[in-house]
Amino acid sequence: MARITLSNLAHSYFADPKGEADYALKQMDHVWEDGGAYALLGSSGCGKTTLLNIISGLVRPSQGRVLFGDRDVTDAATSDRNIAQVFQFPVVYDTMTVRDNLAFPLRNRGMDPAYVASRVNQIARMIGMEAELGRKARGLTADAKQKISLGRGMVREDVNAILFDEPLTVIDPHMKWELRTQLKSLHREFGHTMIYVTHDQTEALTFADRVVVMYDGRVVQIGTPQDLFDTPEHTFVGYFIGSPGMNLLEARVEGNRATVAGVSVPLSADYGVPRGRVQIGIRPEFVSLTAAEGLPVTIRRIEDVGRHRIVRADFNGTGINAVLGEGTALSPDMTRLVFAPERIGVYADDWRVSPQGRQPGRAA
Amino acid sequence: MDKTPNQKAWFLVLPVLVLVAFSAVIPLMTVVNYSVQDTFGDNEFFWAGLEWFEEMLGSDRLWNALGRQVMFSAIVLAIQVPLGIFIALNMPKKGFWASVCLVLMSLPLLIPFNVVGTIWQIFGRVDIGLLGHTLAALGLDYNYTNDAFDAWATIIVMDVWHWTSLIALLCYAGLQSIPQAYYQAAKIDQASRWKVFRYIELPKMRGVLLIAVLLRFMDSFMIYTEPFVVTGGGPGNATTFLSIDLVKMAVGQFDLGPAAAFSIMYFLVILLVSWVFYTVMTNLDKEEVR
Repeated sequence: MARITLSNLAHSYFADPKGEADYALKQMDHVWEDGGAYALLGSSGCGKTTLLNIISGLVRPSQGRVLFGDRDVTDAATSDRNIAQVFQFPVVYDTMTVRDNLAFPLRNRGMDPAYVASRVNQIARMIGMEAELGRKARGLTADAKQKISLGRGMVREDVNAILFDEPLTVIDPHMKWELRTQLKSLHREFGHTMIYVTHDQTEALTFADRVVVMYDGRVVQIGTPQDLFDTPEHTFVGYFIGSPGMNLLEARVEGNRATVAGVSVPLSADYGVPRGRVQIGIRPEFVSLTAAEGLPVTIRRIEDVGRHRIVRADFNGTGINAVLGEGTALSPDMTRLVFAPERIGVYADDWRVSPQGRQPGRAA
Repeated sequence: MDKTPNQKAWFLVLPVLVLVAFSAVIPLMTVVNYSVQDTFGDNEFFWAGLEWFEEMLGSDRLWNALGRQVMFSAIVLAIQVPLGIFIALNMPKKGFWASVCLVLMSLPLLIPFNVVGTIWQIFGRVDIGLLGHTLAALGLDYNYTNDAFDAWATIIVMDVWHWTSLIALLCYAGLQSIPQAYYQAAKIDQASRWKVFRYIELPKMRGVLLIAVLLRFMDSFMIYTEPFVVTGGGPGNATTFLSIDLVKMAVGQFDLGPAAAFSIMYFLVILLVSWVFYTVMTNLDKEEVR
């Protein structure tokens, strides 16, 4: 088990990268704590798999160092890093039995047969495949194969980290939930550093203590699920996290007032006059409908999703969503939207502006 | 939904039936016809029953040719299959050199059989051939027209040169279909090179390898043109394989009856071996699943 340090790291798939656009992974410095459960969250092509492969040693970064604890492993081969990785699609050794599959990483390291046997049984119980231990892996369902992959990833106790690359993509929804819960309890039990790549926010938010949100080759925010919800540091975090995501409106901000298409919106603090492209962001949960004040909108649709209703409104061609609790009254004359001032975030060129008026560097 | 039985559908397979009848069944039947009759020319035939079959089964000639044929196929497969796999494993996976390799590997497959024979016939000649002359100059007593071993060696090397590419290309295609994640997982599991081959590459190549071995078996078992051009079946009868012997009998000696009986047995042997081979391989596959 180890702390993972990414120092000055960047990667380009081009041999001779010209500008920033050529980098699949922009320069970054991060320290991931020993024993943490991290989720790398982002849309497809944002560089999360690249980052994972750099940590596992399958890709060598164009620049920067990777440290496990105090040891520099940038140039170490995958097999020397003592990590485990579970891939998006099940990787099983078809001609082996389930038992041999699970034992493979241990036997290759010359572990004691008695230990291997007991450990394999333990893992088999965990993934619920004790009955199938003697069966060939070939011909099993994708679910079962991926469970074997997960099992093989967790069979070694001394690994520095376990990496998961969207491991539940091929798993049935009910099984997904079960395995995720199991992973979580395993993490609590053994305290391995776990890094879990996904584009599914539910998966990320339920699995991880800390979620690393990536966008366009950059880590835009690392935080607890609560942080990501309350104070998204980047507009991407705002609209990617949450269902529906944060509303973003082009605005002019002066002090503690924002002006959106001529309508004044009060803010809870003084933001000065941020430069660049200024937007205000508000989560749909903190938007309410009134008849008297606020932004005049056209209500396009109301979706009742059970526990709450989602109001889809249109303001000057921009869509604004509001989430209303079950008990909230709704009437046809309520065609104005009001934002809770303390919940409004101000963004300049996509990055969050803190109330004092200065821009807090790129999220750390 | 109810399916209404409509026997008219049989008419739809009629064109294929007619085609197969003309291309395979009718020619085969003429052979059967010859095999049970005797003729002294003038299109006069006499019923001979199974006489030709009995004669052929009792003749050393057929059994010797069959023995040589089996040995040839066995040697050729034993060399070509491992060599083909080895080449496939070592071919570049992508980029410029992968294309170069593919083109080079395909070249021998594109050369007509009799041209391959001619190339090696000249190549191996002691007086003017590059190979034969070089070997002679090195002091080796090499002469494929006199020495049975040399004749065999020449034909086997020629066949390996001609056909190993087929196995290599098929295996290469099989290898290319293995997702990168398998190799990455193997690295993480600290699998040795041998284990990667044994547990990842070989199982994934299995399907194409089955086809490759089957094709090579059938082709090598039916080989005619190349040895005919290079050695003409000699020296003596040393390289007279089944098909060469068959042609000698049918066209050279004009023994139509025995030759027809020979052909039918030859055909049945190939059919039988291919069937056994295929069944065994597919059954192995099923057992694996259990």
